[in-house]
Amino acid sequence: MDIFGIPIQALMGQLLIGLINGSFYAILSLGLAIIFGLLNIINFAHGALYMMGAFAAWIALTWLGINYWVALVVVPLVVGGFGMLIERTMLKHLYRLDHLYGLLLTFGLALIIEGLFRYRFGISGESYPVPELLSGGFNLGFMFLPKYRAWVIAVSLVVCFGSWYIIERTKLGSYLRAGTENPQLLQAFGINVPLMITLTYGFGVALAAFAGVLAAPVFQVNPVMGSNLIIVVFAVVVIGGMGSIMGSIITGLGLGLIEGLTRVFYPEASAVVIFVIMGIVLLLRPAGLFGRER
Amino acid sequence: MKRKILGSAIATAILSMQPMLAQAATTVSDGVVKLGVLTDMSGTYSDLAGPGAVEATKMAIDDFIAKEKPDFKIEMVSADHQNKADISANKAREWIDTAKVDAIVDLVTTSTALAVMKVANEKNRISLISGAASTPITNEQCNDTTVHWTYDTYSLPVGTAKAVVKQGGKSWYFLTADYAFGHSLEKNTADVVTKSGGKVVGSVRHPFPGSDFSSFLLSAQASGAQVIGLANAGNDTINSIKQAKEFGITPKQSLAGLLMFISDVHSLGLDATAGMYLTTGFYWDYNDETRAWSKRFFGTMKRMPTMVQAGDYSAVYHYLKAIKSAGTDEAKAVMAKMRETPVNDFFAKNGKVRIDGRMVHDMYLAQVKKPSESKYPWDYYHIRAVIPGDEAYISLADSKCPLVKK
Repeated sequence: MDIFGIPIQALMGQLLIGLINGSFYAILSLGLAIIFGLLNIINFAHGALYMMGAFAAWIALTWLGINYWVALVVVPLVVGGFGMLIERTMLKHLYRLDHLYGLLLTFGLALIIEGLFRYRFGISGESYPVPELLSGGFNLGFMFLPKYRAWVIAVSLVVCFGSWYIIERTKLGSYLRAGTENPQLLQAFGINVPLMITLTYGFGVALAAFAGVLAAPVFQVNPVMGSNLIIVVFAVVVIGGMGSIMGSIITGLGLGLIEGLTRVFYPEASAVVIFVIMGIVLLLRPAGLFGRER
Repeated sequence: MKRKILGSAIATAILSMQPMLAQAATTVSDGVVKLGVLTDMSGTYSDLAGPGAVEATKMAIDDFIAKEKPDFKIEMVSADHQNKADISANKAREWIDTAKVDAIVDLVTTSTALAVMKVANEKNRISLISGAASTPITNEQCNDTTVHWTYDTYSLPVGTAKAVVKQGGKSWYFLTADYAFGHSLEKNTADVVTKSGGKVVGSVRHPFPGSDFSSFLLSAQASGAQVIGLANAGNDTINSIKQAKEFGITPKQSLAGLLMFISDVHSLGLDATAGMYLTTGFYWDYNDETRAWSKRFFGTMKRMPTMVQAGDYSAVYHYLKAIKSAGTDEAKAVMAKMRETPVNDFFAKNGKVRIDGRMVHDMYLAQVKKPSESKYPWDYYHIRAVIPGDEAYISLADSKCPLVKK
């Protein structure tokens, strides 16, 4: 059976790959959305922190002999800690100012971090092997699905919806949301708002690093892997609605699928399709698909 | 432009001290020969050219001064062109007009090379291109002050595609980077494949630069072709190879990396690349001469040179030698000397610079070693065949360069 001249089996394969890429978009845009939604910071360093996550995993494996599974837990903690250091020493001075200052600071940080890694590791980067437990794959009939890619989809769905649940459905999440609406009032109830904000930034950064570790066995670990992705991820966040948690997850997965389809029907356009959608969405719904007008 | 003639007294003094010296003192403009290395210092191609290209040029200048004892001063400047044609053209103009640069070196990425060689030609300056690959440099857009040194998209498939077809890889599918270089490489390769008795079953063009190639690889897989030709470069090639392995495409279908540098193999590791064929203009471990030079390069750069970097050295040295024997740094006179003199160094044996600007020299067909065959760091290639220069490059009869009189 064919759909527009493409065998349905090929189409299924491409959709699945779109979903895998969408999973990366979802985790990264989720981190951005949390940081923007709760801190009002446009975190341009997100791509660099994602790259740091991937490199940290490589360094852990090659220099320290720490395997993938341990890295998956430890690296987000370490890079998240680095994020908190940035928040405490630099970002916290900018909360009262226009968004633009946070954007410029994080953009500068991204350039510095990337430059340092480029200086140390060169542009071609390093190869991270697929962990043994997840090497090989399943034959689905219509395609060969590497086990590792299946794992990426599963784990990112769990992480994304877990984060959404914590923020939207738990008491801790309600504190977080209250802290962004009215920090003074929340402070009056005896909650340490600055600490909460630091932890939130740390969490957003940890998500980026987590995506970095997940990506290490799939993509070549190189200093520009983050900047290649960050622009797309920002488009995802804008389409989903700045700061909308569920919006960023669903848009991330959805755009992955659309990009996958474009690669089948008109591969040359696959790099721009997301931005075309962004343009259309901004014209029709300036606050994004899931955003609220402020 | 002001020409400054060195005092004849100094020249006479040198002549009287060195009666063997057959010619008068060299007349160089502004009293100094200045080379400008214009390359990608931080982007996709910075490992294969970049800082290594600057270092190679520096080595060539130092060696030339030490060995040939020229009676003129040599200086070098360098800049990052960010792979952008407009930045390159502006920088070249600025260098020539205000910094008095006499020759521009490296020029990785086709678009920057084409832009700069045009500017340099207008101002009667020389372009020594080592990094860029497309054939228009010495064909449709050739000019009389450009030399294309190391390799081009015609010479790459001559080794690789022929060898792969001979091994039984008859049907090909291309994964092509969607810009001038990718298209040029795909076309040149397809020609070689059909001529050698293979056939091309299809191709897909991916955006440049990309990071996820799995969709394109699946299309390639579905085509059922025996060989997937990678008409891309740098990180795109690296990620394509890595992901082809992940999706179980290799080893059922085989990959042909149409432009691979030793820096790519180093970064991917031998596990992912073992057995692949590639064509290169230089391999550091080929003979004693190449080893000696490369080890010196390694001393400062901590990595072995790519063919582009070795080519930069060879081109710069040949250029300086031509100035010395021409007795001037005027572009046309230097070009004439460069064409007259065969290139004989660690990089090329009996290389010749043709009227279209092509430096014709032997290329090598290499096969990447298995991890078990690699005995020391950077021991990566078996050299399977030497491709004579006349086969490796477009013949003058087929050239589209207007300078070639037919």
